[in-house]
Amino acid sequence: MNSRSLQTTIIFLVVGGILALALGGVFGSASRQFSLVLIEVQTWFSTRFLGFQDFVTAPRDIVSLRQRNAELEAQVSQLQAQVIELQQRVNETDILAALVDFSRSNPESTYKAASVIGRDPSPFLHYIIINRGSNDDIRRGMPVVTNQGLVGRVDAVIADAARVQLITDPASSINIYLQNADTSAVLAGSVTGDVSLDMISQNVTVASGDLILTSGLGGGFPADLIIGQVVTVRTLEFELFQQATVQPAVDFSRLEIVLVITNFRPVDIGPLEPVSTPSP
Amino acid sequence: MRNLIAFPLILVVVILQTSIISQVRLLSGYADLPFLVIAAWALQERVESSLHWGAVTCLIVGFVSGMPWPILVLGYFSVIFLARTFQKRVWQAPLLAMFSVVFVGTLFIHLLSFVVLRLLGTTFSISDVLGLVTLPSLLLNMLICIPIYTLMRDLSFWVYPLEEFE
Repeated sequence: MNSRSLQTTIIFLVVGGILALALGGVFGSASRQFSLVLIEVQTWFSTRFLGFQDFVTAPRDIVSLRQRNAELEAQVSQLQAQVIELQQRVNETDILAALVDFSRSNPESTYKAASVIGRDPSPFLHYIIINRGSNDDIRRGMPVVTNQGLVGRVDAVIADAARVQLITDPASSINIYLQNADTSAVLAGSVTGDVSLDMISQNVTVASGDLILTSGLGGGFPADLIIGQVVTVRTLEFELFQQATVQPAVDFSRLEIVLVITNFRPVDIGPLEPVSTPSP
Repeated sequence: MRNLIAFPLILVVVILQTSIISQVRLLSGYADLPFLVIAAWALQERVESSLHWGAVTCLIVGFVSGMPWPILVLGYFSVIFLARTFQKRVWQAPLLAMFSVVFVGTLFIHLLSFVVLRLLGTTFSISDVLGLVTLPSLLLNMLICIPIYTLMRDLSFWVYPLEEFE
C-alpha cells in the first residue's frame, strides 16, 4: 500500500468515525444543529420539487377534476331535486295523515279528499277550485273542511272539478254557535279575507279566545264544525248587537288538500221562510 | 285560422291566473292577466279580431270564476272598446296607450265589480276595496303590462303577417 492510498484510507476512517459519532449523538447540540440544517434543506428541496411537480402535472389534473366536478354537481342537483320532491311528499303525507285522523275522529261523516288546484281570478271573491267533481259524487252545497276546521261549501260543480266558496268570501254568511257564551251569531267574510261575527246579543258576555262552531241552523252546514276563535269584541251600548273579529282555525293562504263531507245534503229552507204579503 | 290561437292561449292565461297570479298578492289585490292580454291584443294595430278574443275570455273566465257574467262581459268588452279607441288616437305612443288602458280599465272593472256585487247583496267597505284591492291590483297590472304588451305585439306579427308584394 503506497502512502497516498494509506492517506485516503485514514481520511475516510476519520470522517466515517466522526459521522458515526455524530449520528450516535456523541456531539450533542452540535450534531442537533447540523441535523436541523439538514432537515431544513431537505424540506426546502422537497417542497419546491412538489410544487414543480404539481405545476407540471396540473393541466391533466384540472381536466379530470373539472369532469369530476361536473359529475358531482349534476349529482348534487339530482339529489337536491329528490330532496325537494321527498319534502313535498312528506308534507303531503303529513297533511293526509292529519286528515285521516280527523276523519277517524269524526266517523259520523263521510269524506272525499281533494287537492286545491286554483283560486278565483277576481280579487273580490274568495273561492278555490278543487280537483273533484260530480264524477266523485260531489254536489253543490256540500261542506268543505280540513282537520283544522271549516273551509267553506261547494258552490259549483263540473265533472272533475268544483268551485268552493270560502268562509272568508264577502258573500259568505254562516250561522255559528259561541260555545263559552252559549249563544248564536252570524259569521261573515270580507273582501280582505278577514272574518267577523255579528248579531251577538248584547245580553251575553263574549271573551277573547271563545271557540266558534257551526250551529247547524239554516241547514247549510252540519253542526259543531270548528271555525275559529274570537279575537276582539266590540260592544257599543247604542247598537243592537255586539260584533267580534275572528281568527279562523284554517290558514286559507296555505290550503293544499281539503275534505268534502259527502253525506251532508244542505236543506233548502226557502219555502219555510215567511212571504211578505201586501196589506189590504 | 291563426286566430284560433286565442282558445289555447286564453285557456293557458286563465290557468296561470288561477294557479299562480292569484297567489301572488299585494295586500288583497292581484294582477288580472286575462284583462291585460286582451287589452294588449286590442291595442295592436294589425289586429282585427279583438272582439272575438274578448268573447273567448269572457267564456273561459266566466266558466272558472264566481263573478257574475254581466261584470265580465261589460268589463272586458268596454276595455276592448277603450283600447281600440286609444289605438287610433295615441297610435304613435303604444306604451302610453297601454298604460292608459290598463289604468282606466282596472278602475272601471273594479268599480263595476263593486257596484254589481253590492247590488247583489254583498257588503263591502269602499275604503277596504280601494286601499287593499283596487290600488294594489292597479300597481301590479301596471308592472306586468309592458312584458304582456311586447308578447302580444310579437303574437300579432305572427297572426297577421305583412303581405309581401313583388
